[in-house]
Amino acid sequence: MPDEKYAKPLPVPSPEARRFWEGAKNHELWLPYCRPCAKSYWYPRDFCPTCGTREVEWRKSTGRGRVYTFAIQYRAFHPGWNDATPYVTALIDLDEGVRIFSNLVDVAPDPKALRCEMPVEVVFDDVTDEITLPKFRPVAS
Amino acid sequence: MTDGCDRAGWLKRIAIVGADESDEIGMVPHKGVLQHHSEAALNALEDAGLTLSDVDGLFTCGAGFAASLQVAEYLGIQPKYTDSTSVGGSSFVIHVEHAAAAIANGLIDVALITHGETGYSNRFRPGVGRAPMDPWFPSSQFEAPYHIGGPPSSYALACTRHMHQYGTTHEQLAEIAVATRKWARLNPKALMRDPLTIDDVLSSRWISYPFHLLDCCLVTDAGGAIVVTSAERAKDCKKKPVWVLGSGEATTHWTLANMPDLTTTPASISGPLAFEMAGVKHTDIDVVGVYDSFTYTALVTLEALGFCKPGEGGAFVSNQRTAPGGDFPMNTNGGGLSYTHPGMYGMFLLIEATRQLRGECGPRQVPDAKLACVNGTGGALSSTGTLILGAD
Repeated sequence: MPDEKYAKPLPVPSPEARRFWEGAKNHELWLPYCRPCAKSYWYPRDFCPTCGTREVEWRKSTGRGRVYTFAIQYRAFHPGWNDATPYVTALIDLDEGVRIFSNLVDVAPDPKALRCEMPVEVVFDDVTDEITLPKFRPVAS
Repeated sequence: MTDGCDRAGWLKRIAIVGADESDEIGMVPHKGVLQHHSEAALNALEDAGLTLSDVDGLFTCGAGFAASLQVAEYLGIQPKYTDSTSVGGSSFVIHVEHAAAAIANGLIDVALITHGETGYSNRFRPGVGRAPMDPWFPSSQFEAPYHIGGPPSSYALACTRHMHQYGTTHEQLAEIAVATRKWARLNPKALMRDPLTIDDVLSSRWISYPFHLLDCCLVTDAGGAIVVTSAERAKDCKKKPVWVLGSGEATTHWTLANMPDLTTTPASISGPLAFEMAGVKHTDIDVVGVYDSFTYTALVTLEALGFCKPGEGGAFVSNQRTAPGGDFPMNTNGGGLSYTHPGMYGMFLLIEATRQLRGECGPRQVPDAKLACVNGTGGALSSTGTLILGAD
């Protein structure tokens, strides 16, 4: 259930990223894709940052990937996060070949429970009526 | 010579002739950012035997929007050339290359590079500090909602991967904190001068795993400035010149998700540029100053610069090799870890290298230091500037 008192910073979807945030609200992970390069890229732009073409489109991700790296945050730099420490930040290498930043959830914020290359899948956190944040949780390999 | 593209053409034609901090550094709640800029500027010009009226190029950042305009007016100068390149802690090292290019091409004679920040005291003055980011920018949309949590957490993400890939240990990181503190104990201007052990580092509280508190730099108030000029003009200055023998800068990303390889830094690009331009080998270097926002920053920079191979940084710094008396003197002022770190530390690498090459460092002087390598790192391991500096 959305938390009406959500006090953490929220994204403000930009025009070129609106499809991503609409997708998240529908519990789908959508990535920008370059047709000439035949690969996804991150983050959303109306052109491909590798080749410069505007021949780009949106494709739905499997939502599966691996943890490239992680860190455990013991300090909050925003009052909304004061009660959330420690929490886990991570870079996820999605199966589509892009790396995105997110939080790891459903796992102890403990170095013993976390490792680089652990397989993960997307979960959708409906933080308000308007915004859903894609996050990731470990899955059995 | 109008060899704008002949990088080697700078050789021995550009010199640092003045360098100093602001009057008080550390915890200075009674002074503001522009006071640090101006005190440091006047001190560095005095050190050079020059005055504000000699300055025709100003290089600075971190003093709000249009920093060079703000600082120029505060200093009471109307320079014909200004540069507010703002790429984080590496900015001031990169300003040296920009100033050298402007001097070598005859656009200016005397470049003043200034820094001033009140990183410590900002916490007592609501509203002071860096401007908020546009909410539509990628960092606002794709990092802030997950609370990336400031510099410690970005560098922590890189460090975790380095540990995974190469087996780098907490103990190896702590070696750097301990060695750097030993240098700080020899520097009266250093904020942290108490003895420090590896166990102290490992038992300090977590800030952002894999960083303990004592893996992280200080947050202080400080300013610094240096004066750069031509070989011709350097002859009239008060002290012997410190030559800019080689330089390089590199930029790879802003958001960490777009960093090409988290286990290195852009110094793997800027380092070879600087070494090649100077025509010197790593084994020729007498004293090294690398940005140490975190112990890991220093470790990975040594690899990126080529002082050791990728993944060998941990072994390289072991057994207090970088401490006083070790065979690799590094961060001899006590670094961002123990001397001062107001937010963008690069300026202080330049001041210390200049002092070492002039032989001004007293008990922490590296004997007969003739060649220094300096590397500033900015952003989230995003930007680097490397310099090879030399004394006659």
